[in-house]
Amino acid sequence: MKIKVNGKEMDIDREITLSDLLERLDIIPRGIAVEVNREIVPKSLYGEKVIKAGDIIEIVRMVGGG
Amino acid sequence: MMEFTEEQLERYSRHIILPEVGGKGQKKLLEAKVFCLGAGGLGSPALMYLAAAGVGTIGIADGDCVDLSNLQRQIIHFTPDVGRPKVESAAEKIRALNPDVKVITYNERLTADNVREIIRDYDILLDGSDNFPTRYLMNDAAYFEKKTLVSGSMFRFDGQLTTFKPHEGYHCYRCIYPEPPPPGLVPSCQEAGVLGALAGTIGVLQATEAIKEILGIGESLAGQLLIFDALRMSFRKVKVRKDPECPLCSEKAVIKELVTYEESCELMAQRRG
Repeated sequence: MKIKVNGKEMDIDREITLSDLLERLDIIPRGIAVEVNREIVPKSLYGEKVIKAGDIIEIVRMVGGG
Repeated sequence: MMEFTEEQLERYSRHIILPEVGGKGQKKLLEAKVFCLGAGGLGSPALMYLAAAGVGTIGIADGDCVDLSNLQRQIIHFTPDVGRPKVESAAEKIRALNPDVKVITYNERLTADNVREIIRDYDILLDGSDNFPTRYLMNDAAYFEKKTLVSGSMFRFDGQLTTFKPHEGYHCYRCIYPEPPPPGLVPSCQEAGVLGALAGTIGVLQATEAIKEILGIGESLAGQLLIFDALRMSFRKVKVRKDPECPLCSEKAVIKELVTYEESCELMAQRRG
């Protein structure tokens, strides 16, 4: 099934959780937020959030400058 | 309720003729108390527009002095201001722009010991600070004091804007980013740079949202995060929910008082940047 991560298409063999996806992408979830279909997923729900075909995922980097 | 002077009727005429503002809204602005954390890149344009709009009381906290490298984006400060405390330089410009505004300055860094007392007097808070420890301190203090916090941040060509109203059931900073990033993970503006005009984009949007919150008009950014990419000239608005396990504002909260995060070398560099 196809999903989109940061604008790029990606193929995954089955539905996986957001935690698994980040692990596959080698992303340590610190200093970032993750948006699935235009909604930020709370960090405590990464293990429950299931990524489905067609989902659009954006990794939002924390910015702190002022 | 105060009456407008003739000068005020003229000064604010473009606001007063807007049905969404009107005389009633303009009076709300004149009676409003807004606190701005930081008189830097974001604070500069935000403060100018809040002052121009006739926000009656503006508090500014910043412990830094104007540096030549600030002037590429911190437009409330001018070349002759280099070396002066930022709050002094900003207060002078605000008073010259609009004598209706009462300016209160705090020439100091906010700490766990002073922040709650300082913000208690204000209706709306703006965060334009340049380091993560201060952002967490401000977020937590605003939550404990039940104050609305309009938060802006920027880096290189990217900006983020949101409004925290955890006391009304919306998200706080920790619902998006529970903890500060580990030192070194997020490079500083000094190391990585920032487009000067980006400060204008985000700072002016912060002022816009603060003014809307005062007037109670339109759609709030509570529960939403605006993400701006200057290179693509794209604005994306995403939904943000309260994290059911937020360490600060959820039922499972573990943070019961203000915490102070140590500033690492990287964060210090970012503060100066």
